[in-house]
Amino acid sequence: MGAGHGHRLHFHGHSVVHRAPAHLKILGLLGFALVVVATPREWYPVFGGYLLVLLGVLALARVPLGYVLPRMVIEVPFLLFAALIPFVAEGPRVALSMPGGWELTVSESGLVAAWGLAVKGTLGVLASLTLAATTEPADVLQGLQRLRFPDLLVQIMSFMIRYLDVVTADLGRMITAMRSRGVDPRSPRHWPALARTLGALFVRSYERGERVHLAMLSRGYDGRLPEQAR
Amino acid sequence: MHVPDGFLDAPTSVATGVVAAVGVGVALRRARAELDDRTAPMAGLVAAFVFAGQMINFPVGAGTSGHLLGGALAAVLVGPWTGALCISVVLLVQALFMADGGLTALGTNITLMAVVGLVVGYAVFKLALMVLPRRIESVPAAAAVGALVSVPAAAAFFTLLFAIGGTADVATGKVLAAMVGWHVVIGLGEAVVTGLVVGAVVASRPDLVHGARGLRSARRPLVTQEAGA
Repeated sequence: MGAGHGHRLHFHGHSVVHRAPAHLKILGLLGFALVVVATPREWYPVFGGYLLVLLGVLALARVPLGYVLPRMVIEVPFLLFAALIPFVAEGPRVALSMPGGWELTVSESGLVAAWGLAVKGTLGVLASLTLAATTEPADVLQGLQRLRFPDLLVQIMSFMIRYLDVVTADLGRMITAMRSRGVDPRSPRHWPALARTLGALFVRSYERGERVHLAMLSRGYDGRLPEQAR
Repeated sequence: MHVPDGFLDAPTSVATGVVAAVGVGVALRRARAELDDRTAPMAGLVAAFVFAGQMINFPVGAGTSGHLLGGALAAVLVGPWTGALCISVVLLVQALFMADGGLTALGTNITLMAVVGLVVGYAVFKLALMVLPRRIESVPAAAAVGALVSVPAAAAFFTLLFAIGGTADVATGKVLAAMVGWHVVIGLGEAVVTGLVVGAVVASRPDLVHGARGLRSARRPLVTQEAGA
């Protein structure tokens, strides 16, 4: 929602974590996330342990916290949602004394639920960021292939990643052109102009796909990609 | 918009994961039947387009912003199967490479946006086309109606999942009212942008619009154009 989708999350390095096989890292991340989700939220100290594990992995990977923390803004909308729950949840109320001498009455079970959402979501984002920061996209794709992901799906993902920068830069130039002509792409008043831009972007992307396909055919594509050269 | 880890309990997450895997499997097969060996580059580029379209944020008010979801848009432009595949790939890439949407919630996100949102959006689009005059000029309006319904439909399905495997003790009626109410607003924006984008493509390259196949432009002169066409 509010946060932009950055996709340059990789933090270059040569640590043990960077060198570990990608398919093991993906399985590790999935296992970790499942365990975190399945942990009862009342086991407060256990979540501290999970956080220590993640911080340990990040330290081992020599990825500075100053790199990871700003990229966690992606979960801010959900923290806001979690903060709302104590006010709307059912069950007995508790009064919290707030600074300034006034009291806030909230649902007790809602408070626990909000804690659970916030801590599990945060641990999940931090764990995903660790994978993204320590694994090159090409390695993630190879890891997925190792994990017997459908070959065609891995191919589509690799094409999306390959052309993501091309297509977003295309859009960036079109937006710059719109702005230089006095159009504000975010304002509903200028949605028709923005929509024509997006329509043109679709046609450009689609036609680029057709050209890429022809180029692949001329190089002997037979439905399978050769080993990804890195 | 993406559901993070821990929103739904583990059994529900696993169940939606299975639904998503089956859905993606079917979409893969059907998209391949349609695109043949063009599937990988075409679906990849359309997924990159959807991703780029989602990057434009619109202010919604109260300091928050929303963006295009693109489910109905993708279904109308490239067909429901390829569209579902593209949205799934976008969600996969966002979860694995960009930490956007939890990995355990990936099945939920694919089920909500690529399966429910897209199936409902495309079905409503087809129904609207039946009601509207059989002309290519009807396609943008039908796409807008599909987009309008698809967003609250996904929100309503999320409420159902939340009632089954939610981790907070909030009355289902309250969640439903809040989710659907809020998403009708989002759906309105989605509908306007979807309709305008489809209109722009229909005006310039109607041959590329899957949802416009078999439809002709009105032959009579002096037809008024759709807004944005």
